[in-house]
Formats: sequence, C-alpha cells, structure tokens
Amino acid sequence: MELPLIQLSDIYKAFGDNKVLTGADLSILEGQVTTIIGKSGVGKSVLLKHIIGLMEPDSGKILFRGRLLSEMRKSEKTAFKKKFSYVFQGTALFDSITVFENIALPLKEKTPLKKAEINNLVRKKMDQLDLQGVDEKYPSQLSGGMKKRVALARALVTDPEIVLFDEPTTGLDPVRKNAVHKMISDYQKQFGFTGVVVSHEIPDIFYISQRVAMLEGGRIVFEGSPEKIQQTWDPMVQNFIHGLERGHKQISGIESHFQGERRIKEEMARLQRYHTPFSIIIFKVENLEEINEKLGPTAGLTIITNLANELQTITRFTDTCYRFGLDKILLLLPNIDREQTQGLCEKLAGRILGKDIFGLTPHSGLCLFISASFKEGQKGGSYEQMLLQTQSMQNMFYEFKVC
Amino acid sequence: MKKTEQNALATALLPASAIGRWAIFIIRELGRIAIFFVKGFLLIFSLPLQMSKIIEQIYFIGTKSILVICLTGAFTGMVLGLQGYYTLVKFGSEGLLGAAVALSLIRELGPVLSAIMVIGRAGSAMAAEIGIMRISEQIDALETMDINPLRFLISPRIAAALISFPLLTAIFDVIGIFGGYMTGSVLLGIDPAIYFYRAQTSVLMKDIAGGFYKSLAFAVVVVTICCFQGYYTHMRAEGFGAKGVSFSTTSAVVISSVLVLIVDYVMTSFLI
Repeated sequence: MELPLIQLSDIYKAFGDNKVLTGADLSILEGQVTTIIGKSGVGKSVLLKHIIGLMEPDSGKILFRGRLLSEMRKSEKTAFKKKFSYVFQGTALFDSITVFENIALPLKEKTPLKKAEINNLVRKKMDQLDLQGVDEKYPSQLSGGMKKRVALARALVTDPEIVLFDEPTTGLDPVRKNAVHKMISDYQKQFGFTGVVVSHEIPDIFYISQRVAMLEGGRIVFEGSPEKIQQTWDPMVQNFIHGLERGHKQISGIESHFQGERRIKEEMARLQRYHTPFSIIIFKVENLEEINEKLGPTAGLTIITNLANELQTITRFTDTCYRFGLDKILLLLPNIDREQTQGLCEKLAGRILGKDIFGLTPHSGLCLFISASFKEGQKGGSYEQMLLQTQSMQNMFYEFKVC
Repeated sequence: MKKTEQNALATALLPASAIGRWAIFIIRELGRIAIFFVKGFLLIFSLPLQMSKIIEQIYFIGTKSILVICLTGAFTGMVLGLQGYYTLVKFGSEGLLGAAVALSLIRELGPVLSAIMVIGRAGSAMAAEIGIMRISEQIDALETMDINPLRFLISPRIAAALISFPLLTAIFDVIGIFGGYMTGSVLLGIDPAIYFYRAQTSVLMKDIAGGFYKSLAFAVVVVTICCFQGYYTHMRAEGFGAKGVSFSTTSAVVISSVLVLIVDYVMTSFLI
C-alpha cells in the first residue's frame, strides 16, 4: 500500500470536559484532494489544525512520510511547514494592512524574491481570483466572499505543496463557489498538490476530490473515494449526505431553477470538453392548477415536494432535482440513455402509486396527471434551446396517473 | 489518623494551601513572562534584521508619545518648582530649587512618569492589537506561513521600547527642568543663572546613569507585560473574544503600572 503523505493515528483531543477527537485516524495521500465532511462543530477544523501543528494532540501520532512529527528536529519541522498553506475558515486576514500587502506577506517574509517579482506574482493571483481593484483596500472594507478569495490568494501565492482548506467556499455565491472549486481542481492537475478540504458543499466537492473522510463522534467513520461514499450502506453516512440535500428542500421545497440552470450549463460544458453525456427529464403535474383551486394554495407545493422526494429516493446520488416553474420538476441525470430513463419513470410511477403524494389524509379523491419529457444533451446547443426541445410534444415519452 | 481528623487538618490548612497555589501560579507566570521576553529579545538579532518594523514601532511608541511626554514633563516640572520653592524658602535655601527639580526628575520622576504615560498611550494599544490578532487567528495564520509570531510581532516592539523609553525620559527630564525654571524663575523670581547653575552642579553622571538604567528596565517591564497579555489572550479563563481582549488590556495597564513602581523602588534601593 502507498505510504500516506500524512497519517493521523488514534488522535485524542479534549478542551476541558469537551472531548472533540476520540481516536481519529486519517490518511492523506500525496497528490490527491481529500475532503473531510461532517456536521458542524464535530471537530473538522480541529483535525485540520492538528495536521499543520497549530494544535497538539493529547495523545496519538501524526506522521509525515512515515516520520513522527513530534520526533522531528527543528530544521525538519521548518522544512515541513514550508510545504504547507492553510486557508482559515474565518479568513484570518491581517486587518491592519491592505489586501495587496496581505497577499504579498508570505512572499515578502519567506522568499528572497525582489519587490517587482513579488508584485507580479500577487497581481497574477489577484487576477485569477477576480480581485481586481481592491489592492489598496483593507480587509474590513471587503465583503465576506471577497475576504475569502483574498485568503485563498494569500494561501496559494507561494505555490505550496500541501494546502489545507477550512471551508473555502462558505459564504460565496454559486458562481464564485464554482470558480474556487475549479481553481482547486485546476491547480491540482497543474501542480499535483495535495489538498485537504473541510467542506459542506455536497455533492459539488466530490467532483474535485479523490478521497472523502467523514468525521463523526470524534472518529473518522468513513474513508474512501467519492464513488464509494455514494455506494456505502452505512446509515450514518447516508443520513448525513441526504440530510444536507434535505436541508435545501426544507427551505424552498427543492433546489431552485437557478441552481438547475447552472448545473445544466456545467454539464453542457463538460459534454463539450470531455464528451461526458447527460440527460434531463422534466416532470410536469398537468392538473396542478385544478388541485390548487380545490385543495388550497399549499397543496401544489406539497405535491411537488413529495414528488421530488420520491424521485430522489430512486435516482442515483449524482442525479439532482430542481424546481422548474410552479408545476414542473427538472431532473438532471449525468451518464444516462433514453431506455434507462424510461425504466426510471416506470420505477417512479410504481413507487408513488398508492402513496399519499398529496400530503393530505384523507384527500379529496382527486387524481394527479404527471407527464415526463426527456432530452439528451447535445453538443453545440444552448441551455434555452435544450429546455424548449425537452418540453416539446415529440420528447414527451411517459404519462401516468396517481389517484 | 482518623478520617474526621484528616478533614479537620485539611480545613485548617485551607488558607495555607490557597497561598501555596497562588505562589506557584505567580512563579510559573513570572517564568513564562521571562521566557517570552528572552525569546523576543534574542529574535531581534535574527537575520534579516527587521529594521522597517522597528522604525515603525519607534514611531508608534516613541514619536507619537512625544506630545504627551512634553505636556506631563512641563507640568511635573512646574509643580515641582512651586512645591520646591515653598518648602525651600522656609529654610532660606530657595537657590537650591534647580538642584531639587533636576535631581527629582532625573533620578525618579522622569523615568517613572514617562513609563506610566507610555503604558497608557502605547502599552494598552499593544495589548489590544496583539489580543485581537490572537482571537481572529491572525497569529495562527503567521504560524502556518512559517513566520515566527514572536519575531514578527514582539521583537520589533521590544527593540523599539528599548530605544524609545530612554529618549522619552530624556525629553521628559529636559522639559521638566524648564518647567521648574518657568515657575521658579519666571513666576517666583529666582535668578535663572542660579537655578541652572545649581541644576548643573548637583546632577552627577551617576544620577543620569541611574535614570537611564531605570528607563531601560521600565521599557522591558512595560513592553513584555503588555505584549504578553495580548499574546495569550486566548488562554484567559475570565473571558473569551472581545471580553478577553478587554481583560488583557486592563491587566496589561494595571500590572505594568504596578510593576513599574515596584521595580522603581527595588532599583532605587540598589542605585542610591
């Protein structure tokens, strides 16, 4: 087996009576992005701080290329630290110096580079992170998302070998969140750095990770590839992952069509670049207006939400549902053909038949008429065209009734 | 020994054990403070020298304190002139006013009052600034960048305090002597020549050296206590976050002011 770059073994850490880590084991492999997931306050940041030596474990071992960190000489520790960079959850920017000085600080203090070279590197990094025009501003004058990007720029300006990201995208808008994920992914492809990311951005973060570890109850309860975590039957892991998805639905029923639009555009770009196929299905409740009239205005929302929940129990982890208009649900399915899609619709109909999809007992005896239309993603098409074509009559391929 | 006797003995020894615990705590804290200072002091000389940061701190601790030092120096000298005159005139020795004012200022009041004023102006700010850096993880960020926070934050302040304190004390002394001249000669009519002649002849190099050593000692006390309180804000048991910083700033001002007076007494008893 490959020797891990960093290995945490049986780590215990308590703050007074609060036992945060109770025998955590984690292996970080070289050149891979490892994501640590887990509930808030479970100790993910504490675990991350142990890796870089900001916190010392009460007991347990931390090994770097098989060597105990505690037994390293000072010079070795300095060399070890030089390989690292850390992006803090709360940014930890120096608030009494400007944005430019913040990003330039590690270069100024730890490299023999000349002022002009430092300026070039800082400008380049600021351009990459869309930070033009803020060089002379102080961190307190920036928005939360911008501060996050300045912190990222500061961490990456030295081109480190190992980068620890503590929730790098929390507080960022979807476009910038994707930009950060893309940057982590591109950097890894380009420089092959080792990344450890603490993140809640499920499933987006899985696309850029090679390994996922889940922390629960002070221990790592799952460690493996993103594919493996989707296939695992461990109820704790599944509850967490699906719990995150449900979180979105509790607020707005299901995820918004804006998020759907973004994801479809991403898939279209992927199809264009890497030839990875995808399809979309639009489910429409044909008589939703009538139902709303007869059962009240919230009935429609309840039906759409219940339908989406049922859909998600039978779809794969990578498939995602979005609200699309008042009476439609858009299902995005990477890597699926027409035949498989039809099977999915039959499965859905079978599953929801006889279920109280109305969310009302007893309901008024009304029936739901649901239609499904399907379209495979095609190269060169636009998002709008694809949606129009999907909803056209020739692409409607399934209809069913639920009473 | 029976259990009841043991309990009675433990109760009787409660005050003693509390004093013991307190003494251990104080000794441990003093040890930590001493190590903090020594490390910070030695790192001043680590290469490359942080000249720009030291100059920046000299400006903050020294230059920006000049006005307040001039004001306190002037009024201290003036009040010494008044009080000294009314005391000396009773013995017909008002001619010695210059000597009384100069010696009081150079040996005692100059170093002590300069230190107290700098504590209020710069010491509290140092504790608060470093404390906020600590609670907002800025010090952790330095560590992750492999920048030694003691070298980056504390050493320039120690160097700047060691340079600024004697100079501020000197300004305080000179302005104070002129303040004494204002009240003694201009207001109360003592011959200026006599005032300055007595001041000049009574002050020996030993007195100036004593004042200089005191100002250096106070620089060490003030900068170490204020930086230490800020640096370890996160370890305070009384409060966290902004409250922790407020406790650190208060402790920095109170402890360093009291220590300045204690160190002053100890040094005077050795230097006299």
